[in-house]
Amino acid sequence: MRWIEAMAVGVAVAAGWWQQSPQAELPQAPAVPSMPTAAGPPGVQGPRFVVVVDAAHGGSDTGARIGGGILEKDITLGVSARLRSTLHAHGIDVVTTRQADTDVLPVSRGETANRAHGAACLIIHATATGSGVHLFTSSLSATGNTRFLPWQTAQSAYVTQSLKLESEIDSALAHAEIPVSLGRASVEPMDSMTCPEVAVEMAPLVGGHVTEARPVTDAIYQKSVVDAVTAALEQWRSDWKQ
Amino acid sequence: MITTLQKSLFFAMLAASVVMAAYLIRLRNRAEDRLQAQVAAAAPAAMGESAGNPNKVVTLYVPNDLDDSLTTVERNIPLPVDENAQARVLLENLIEAYRAPGATHPMSVATGINDVYFLAASEGRGQGGAGAGGQTAVVDLTGALAAAQPSGIEPETLTLLSMLATLHANLPRVTQVHFLVDGQSRETLAGHADLTRTYLAGDAERRPGAAGVGGAGR
Repeated sequence: MRWIEAMAVGVAVAAGWWQQSPQAELPQAPAVPSMPTAAGPPGVQGPRFVVVVDAAHGGSDTGARIGGGILEKDITLGVSARLRSTLHAHGIDVVTTRQADTDVLPVSRGETANRAHGAACLIIHATATGSGVHLFTSSLSATGNTRFLPWQTAQSAYVTQSLKLESEIDSALAHAEIPVSLGRASVEPMDSMTCPEVAVEMAPLVGGHVTEARPVTDAIYQKSVVDAVTAALEQWRSDWKQ
Repeated sequence: MITTLQKSLFFAMLAASVVMAAYLIRLRNRAEDRLQAQVAAAAPAAMGESAGNPNKVVTLYVPNDLDDSLTTVERNIPLPVDENAQARVLLENLIEAYRAPGATHPMSVATGINDVYFLAASEGRGQGGAGAGGQTAVVDLTGALAAAQPSGIEPETLTLLSMLATLHANLPRVTQVHFLVDGQSRETLAGHADLTRTYLAGDAERRPGAAGVGGAGR
């Protein structure tokens, strides 16, 4: 499996360098990432539990118009910051792909996630359509331990783990009485990430017999989603090595 | 001094100008009428293509944004003999369901499909492989549909899945679908769903949430 990730990171670095100016220095070759293992070697501490949070869109890529002039890129950044703080407070290390309103190429997002050796990667989206939270995993078919995988389908080796992570988040959101829908989708940079990953798309809450109508921008709603995701990741921390 | 002849000539030319102007206006109006008649005939082209053809019961997969599902709806519509025209009629009927009052996946777009054409399914182009002997449908969406498409992973994915499932359910030989917008390749439909890849048509029908196939998302 080391070869898979080595190749994925290599392609990411090469692609990232290609996007830069010709005068740009060659990026330092990254250390070959290792796939999280169930148990580390005897006497060596196990792999670090790191969560990668990707606030989708940013800069010139505004994403969806949520209504009232609010842009998806701003909501995703806000939710990402809130999630990072909450996870830190629970002793979970977080790596973010974007911390400001800047353009970040999908390949750079994948590269950041893969370099971080994320135990979980969450891609935050928002939409004005639907109700509750939509959870998506990659639409790639799960593959086993293949030696070489192209960058575009690197996630295929992690699909099974991604579905388990999705199930954890689904349970936590259901426990918080937030409507959830599950699906598979083909959205960049999901297919290039070498970690268990889930795209979390927040939609407005439609009022029902259990739920109260709330827009995506509602702070209480955002907090309840962040808290549920944090609870799921705490559970995942004890499950992810299995 | 203006002679009588000059006066007569002037009035004759004036009269000729008026007559010519009236004639040109009439010609312009007739051309405009012809053009409008052509546009009116072209607007429901997909439906018109099927006029005079025998009716057939078709299955449309209509998305529901609220529960992220596809619901099957049966319609009895005249279907043309030509397979390309059939695919176009099917998708135009599906888009008609998007713009119907009270639609569960609302989208206000007049014409959503420029054209549909078929290629022999290329091996391995679709992620996950393709069935042998199948066809790849290339669906050329209109820019108006892409512009009217609500942005988000869920709404964009539902639009594509409903088209994939509808095509595959009624034209089973269609195993793969590739999408274009106004004849051009495009990265995403409206900022999320990837249009650079070729989709497997059969996957959409088997998708959890599709009516009669499995449980819907909660």
